[in-house]
Amino acid sequence: MSSATERVAARLPDNDAVLILGVLFGLYVGFTVLGMALGLDIAGLASTLQRITFFAAVYALLALALNLQWGYAGLLNIGVAGFMAVGVYTMAMLTAPASPAAGGVPGLGLPLWVGVVGGMVAAALVGALAALPALRLKADYLAIVTLGLSEIIRLTYNSTTFQTFSIAGADLGTGASQGIQTPTNPVMALYYTTPSSPAAGKTGLGEAVFGFFKTLGLDEPVVVDWTYTIVLVIFVGLFYLLLTRVGNSPFGRVLKAIREDELVASSLGKNTNRFKIKTFMLGCALMGLGGILWQGSQQLVNPALFLPIITFYVFIALIIGGSGSNTGSVIGGALFAGLLFEGPTFVRRLVQQTVDLGGAPNTFTDAIAALGSLDVGPLLAYTLADVSSLRFVLVGVVLVYLVQNRPDGLLGHRKETAAAVSLARERTAAGQADGGETEVDDE
Amino acid sequence: MSESDTGVAIEGENPEEITDIDPEEDSDVERAAREIPPGRPLRVDDLRMEFGGLTAVDGAGFAIEEGSLTGLIGPNGAGKSTTFDCITGVHRPTGGSVKLHNEEITGLQPYEIAARGLVRTFQITRELQEMTVLENMLLAPRGQQGESLWRAVLPGVRRSVQAQERELRERAWETLEFFEIDHLAEEYAGNLSGGQRKLLEMARALLTDPEVVLLDEPLAGVNPTLERKLLERIDELREQGYTFLLVEHDMDVIMENCERVIVMHQGRVLADDAPAAIRENEQVIDAYLGANV
Repeated sequence: MSSATERVAARLPDNDAVLILGVLFGLYVGFTVLGMALGLDIAGLASTLQRITFFAAVYALLALALNLQWGYAGLLNIGVAGFMAVGVYTMAMLTAPASPAAGGVPGLGLPLWVGVVGGMVAAALVGALAALPALRLKADYLAIVTLGLSEIIRLTYNSTTFQTFSIAGADLGTGASQGIQTPTNPVMALYYTTPSSPAAGKTGLGEAVFGFFKTLGLDEPVVVDWTYTIVLVIFVGLFYLLLTRVGNSPFGRVLKAIREDELVASSLGKNTNRFKIKTFMLGCALMGLGGILWQGSQQLVNPALFLPIITFYVFIALIIGGSGSNTGSVIGGALFAGLLFEGPTFVRRLVQQTVDLGGAPNTFTDAIAALGSLDVGPLLAYTLADVSSLRFVLVGVVLVYLVQNRPDGLLGHRKETAAAVSLARERTAAGQADGGETEVDDE
Repeated sequence: MSESDTGVAIEGENPEEITDIDPEEDSDVERAAREIPPGRPLRVDDLRMEFGGLTAVDGAGFAIEEGSLTGLIGPNGAGKSTTFDCITGVHRPTGGSVKLHNEEITGLQPYEIAARGLVRTFQITRELQEMTVLENMLLAPRGQQGESLWRAVLPGVRRSVQAQERELRERAWETLEFFEIDHLAEEYAGNLSGGQRKLLEMARALLTDPEVVLLDEPLAGVNPTLERKLLERIDELREQGYTFLLVEHDMDVIMENCERVIVMHQGRVLADDAPAAIRENEQVIDAYLGANV
């Protein structure tokens, strides 16, 4: 791409929207074809696309937050899952009813919005706690500290010591390994008069919307799930807007300078530690919110949802999309969710449905042994039997490919200038021969 | 190290504790430097920097006159760059004091020193490679509103940030134009040649509106035409009150442009005088210049 087209591309925000929508459209077409091959009906297809969109959105949210820390400021945070957990658990503990039903965990019974804000603040504060000592040391230490902290957080929530406890007369708890209930999904209130029990009756909007989609063959749960997924997509838009503003500003410029060479930033009068801590806290708050939007919508959270693998998945998403680019983060999230996270399950179902591979052998040796008689069936069956392992293999292959062939990810090579205005020269801008750039401010 | 080979006892890291200096061991120029009345923008006294057993700067002292161009010369390893590092806060000196406008800046962080109007360029250029030349430039100006996270993000307030960005953009373009690298404005700094990087560093340093600029070999790899222009520019800036301290190995540049030259050798100030006198100084000829200059 010539530098002129590159410049034009960088100035057209619509292009990025088209790019993101194009990727989503591609995924939708791919999965619709797969779904039809699997013989899914319209409800099955709608549900499949909802799942893809849901995971695309949550990974985009987390990749955007990580991009602020790692892509912009070079802060290697390997504790994404931990900060998500702090956000969700704080939200759950603040909002859980003070006197729960049998088997439930008591909480403070506060409104949902207090829980969400509280979760974000708690994640930011834990982020500061990790960052304050680590930022004084070399960058690698932050990675070690955050990875360790993430596990400490998970194990703390897993500990029976905090299953239920009292602070200043208020009963609280984490529920230990059984987990803690999260509030009823607020989108239920749009459709049901009593959100916690759909059977009690529908609102006017509920009647109308469900009635309309019923004619298309879509059930109520699919409609509710899609509604929540759209909320998530809106949040992706908000994250994107916020982080693009942060990036396209003098603040973002200092972050990039810190990533490139902290001493230079410091020698030009920037208090780099202050920038790093602010950035780290903001990123962690957004990870907390990402966790709330994802796991907080699943009625129950438990510590097993916050294993370090989640962090690595978010890193993969960001690496695919291109660290340093917000658009890349969103595209990376979508591609990771579609191709690596959900894709293998569908491919397995399709293969198993179309080819009879027989029973999967119990051991890898058995699977390989059959190759001696030129029978690849057992190996294929073995591979497909455990889709989570297959996912690991795919992730590894993609990572090796990217590192060798496209280390900047899909969009990491783009020039995304960190400034609040276009930096093209004003007086020459109108008359330039390469197409007359005009200043496009983002307001 | 409890006692250095020059007989200067180190009693602690606090510069004020280092008073035990044997006057016999002090060179004339160092005494003269201490006698210079206050009011000079930059003043360095008994500066010491030790790395383990190595003494890189060994009690250097000098003061620089406002609006001057002072040369700092000496053989490789004389301690020039380390002196720069100590002045600008990259290293915390083991002893001695650095004052900017009579304010003690010894041991301050680099950003605190830069914010007070003292900037430097690096001998080995440190441009921000994966940022464009313009981004590199716009990083420099002090007092940018948009460096506050809230101002960068909040609607309404962001407008004033944008207005300031437009002003700074114009200044950045003008400065790049002067340094003749405006055609590279939207290139990544990492794609620039060695000489262009030197220019970018100097341009970036000037955009901080500094009072004192420490230039560490800014002319190495710069073509002669531009070198002349740069020196002319330095002259113009000096008239506006900017003060320059220049490390350079090109003796013609030093002798023709500096009104004073400080010669460092083995971490100490060997001579501090007008160029003509430096040229005649036997010690300097032995240590650095050789017989041909």
